[in-house]
Amino acid sequence: MTGRREIGAPILEVEDVSLAFGGVVALQGVSFDVRQHEIRAIIGPNGAGKSSMLNVINGVYHPQGGSVAFKGRRRRKVDPYEAAKAGIARTFQNIALFRGMSVLDNLMTGRCLKMRRNVLEQALYLGPARSEELEHRRKVEAVIDFLEIQHVRRTPVGRLPYGLQKRVELGRALAAEPELLLLDEPMAGMNIEEKQDMSRFILDVNDQMGATIVLIEHDMGVVMDLSDRVVVLDYGRKIADGTPEEVRRNPRVIDAYLGVAH
Amino acid sequence: MAESTDTFPRLLLRQAEIRPDRPAMREKDLGIWQTWTWAQALEEVRALACGLAAQGFRRGDRLAVIGDNRPRLYWSMMAAQVLGGVPVPLYQDAVAAELAFVLQDADIGFAVAEDQEQVDKLLENVPRCPKLKHIYFEDARGLRHYAQEQLTSLDALQALGRDFASRNPEFFAAEIGKGGPDDDAVILYTSGTTGNPKGVAQTHAALIATARVLVAFDGFSDQDEVLCYLPMAWVGDFLYSYAQSLVAGFCLNCPESPETVMTDLREIGPTYYFGPPRVYESILTQVMIRIEDAGWLKRRMFHAFMGLAKRVGMTILDGKAGVSLRDRVLYALGNLLVYGPLKNVLGLSRIRVAYTGGEAIGPDLFDFYRSIGVNLKQLYGMTETCVTVSMHASGEVKLETVGRPMPGVEVRIADSGEVLVRSPGVMREYHKRPDATREAIDPEGFFHTGDAGFFDAEGHLKIIDRAKDVGRLADGSLFAPKYLENKLKFFPYVKEAVCFGDGRDEVCAFINIDMPAVGNWAERRNLAYSGYADLASQPAVYELVRECVEKVNRDLAADAALGGSQIRRFLILHKELDADDGELTRTRKVRRRHIAEKYATLVDALYSGRESCFVETQMRFEDGRTGAVSADLRILEARTYDVARERKAA
Repeated sequence: MTGRREIGAPILEVEDVSLAFGGVVALQGVSFDVRQHEIRAIIGPNGAGKSSMLNVINGVYHPQGGSVAFKGRRRRKVDPYEAAKAGIARTFQNIALFRGMSVLDNLMTGRCLKMRRNVLEQALYLGPARSEELEHRRKVEAVIDFLEIQHVRRTPVGRLPYGLQKRVELGRALAAEPELLLLDEPMAGMNIEEKQDMSRFILDVNDQMGATIVLIEHDMGVVMDLSDRVVVLDYGRKIADGTPEEVRRNPRVIDAYLGVAH
Repeated sequence: MAESTDTFPRLLLRQAEIRPDRPAMREKDLGIWQTWTWAQALEEVRALACGLAAQGFRRGDRLAVIGDNRPRLYWSMMAAQVLGGVPVPLYQDAVAAELAFVLQDADIGFAVAEDQEQVDKLLENVPRCPKLKHIYFEDARGLRHYAQEQLTSLDALQALGRDFASRNPEFFAAEIGKGGPDDDAVILYTSGTTGNPKGVAQTHAALIATARVLVAFDGFSDQDEVLCYLPMAWVGDFLYSYAQSLVAGFCLNCPESPETVMTDLREIGPTYYFGPPRVYESILTQVMIRIEDAGWLKRRMFHAFMGLAKRVGMTILDGKAGVSLRDRVLYALGNLLVYGPLKNVLGLSRIRVAYTGGEAIGPDLFDFYRSIGVNLKQLYGMTETCVTVSMHASGEVKLETVGRPMPGVEVRIADSGEVLVRSPGVMREYHKRPDATREAIDPEGFFHTGDAGFFDAEGHLKIIDRAKDVGRLADGSLFAPKYLENKLKFFPYVKEAVCFGDGRDEVCAFINIDMPAVGNWAERRNLAYSGYADLASQPAVYELVRECVEKVNRDLAADAALGGSQIRRFLILHKELDADDGELTRTRKVRRRHIAEKYATLVDALYSGRESCFVETQMRFEDGRTGAVSADLRILEARTYDVARERKAA
């Protein structure tokens, strides 16, 4: 990893976040930070609260306690819309694309928040709307080129194999030019080759686009190879935090997650 | 005028002078086709050539070029020629170890690579090829942190070149002035079936003379369009794309990526197209699969009009008489409803001439394209002869031949049956291989092709097999393995076949099924399978293949000469034959001898009468790692037929 982008100051700070659904406690006093340009993994057994954590970060869930600060703005309640505007984009564990729409159109939806023209102007395709559309298309084409999906540009997403759909979903998040990218199990259900491709794309996104990445992943090999630091959750609590090497050696992690008998 | 266009750089100057604003090159980038005119192309070449000169590229130096078809890769070849150097295009899918030999053999000091993948392979070879001092890359992606001193981007090289050109304005023209028609224009490495590849050095004179014959033969002009999608390292691309466009002034179109070729084809609508049979085959397979999945009305229409096309389409294409008015009207209707839209979807609407060669083409395949009005023709030739030994003239197309010898080409059949060729396009020598050159070119100047063939009554050349592969069974009957393999491969379900029989009692075969075709067939029959090996081992698939083998046997039985070589037993291989495992050449020809050695246990099992055989094979994955696959293969017998006493008149 020589010569990668410098890891900077914390860009995201999660402080003492607690979240419960009725009597079910999903997160309990979780704190960690994510530094600029780093790849931060969240791992943990099923039901540990990983996806809930992502949902808190981009405002889908509002925690009962604690707060999240993104780029220095500390808030308890963020709406997903505001989070997206602030520069947070995400992908989902179960792909959430528009299946009947082409890859290109799906990626264009990633630019929605950046569009300044109103519906009427766009429908009439007048001067400013036209030049804006071309500019967005140019950005989206750059993402298509980056992810090497030119050959399916016009294909409806529903017709693509699973691994490619995952890539398209990453593409849609990238089209928003995010500062912070949240990836919820980007490699679930993929074969080795697809995982290798996806790993390369994640590293390239981090390196070339400078995005900070928070990812949830089950494949321990991937997590250990990709991430700079790892947070380990278990039953909604943080049980470890550190470099992959530190986490791997942490006895609590071995007990809770890797499940080695002793 | 002739004097001023006897080298490729002079041809470029000429094109930039007479049609400066016509498109010379297109490439799809970020979803948009970018165009360069001849005048702009000249400036790009000037910048590259001057940049190379500034970096110490001298006359006689060789420039390796490796990557997919990209404008700047073509211009880099031209830049090397401007400086009196020789471009050496390399196969982009070769692994690093395969490149080592060529890089050393051609004394490569400078290389142009498309992207990180190619750069990595070149860098891997630097310790073995200390002469390789400069590597230029087109696409910087992933290379940001490479600190190797050999690396420079083509952008930076061109910037250097523009600077150099402004300080030495006369340099470029002066360098072009120093070149001569007898200089080597390119070294192309042939993918040998045995041993190391051999470099074929072709001169400007040979290539330009050949290109002129070709342009005149089919009447190409600057209005034609070509899609460059075949490997740049292959003689066909150099001749049909690079050389012909410089002679005729037409535009080369570079696809966006190897995966988008079908879309790009449709967008460009080339007028002239070359493809090996497998390309036409995969297009047809896709069509047939989509037709099978279409609604009943479309399916009925397709089959009805294809029946008509098969009956009268080829006669109409050749402009011959003998088609009733009613059929002509129906054919026109078919063109409106089926053939036209189909050709449009395939990107073949504007095709004037399409060629195939390199391998035999199946009758169904050939007839399909011709019957819907695609003027598909065959040609014969090899790297050593600038291809172009013989070609079908429009209106004189016969499936089983490769046409008459081209103007200026002498063809002679040796007593052994081998085809000998003498023409302006025959190479001067194999690079650094005087022994091989002596063996290939006799004192009279005839090149020994190594192919067995003969002339038919109309003077068309017919090629049956490699001369050295034609063998005999133990009982003395003729055994032409490639002839059998081709017959098998003409079935859509069979991807590759390897036949054994020389010196043996009977003929046996390995079969590779075609995954998309058989997979679709299985799906329509609700056959579950988990992957290639599983599908290949299914009894139903074995039966399917057995039918194919038996049809071949019935065909062979009709031929007195080859009827003795019917296929008795066969098995379906558990893995696809692959160039990465050394089983196919880079141009996808089977390496029969290598396969026989590698799968010796299977060959023994075929001849020992066993019903199954266990096999374990090493295979190489795309990332270079190796793994083992194993399977228990069944061996099946196929029915054979009585041989006709007399040869039927064809």
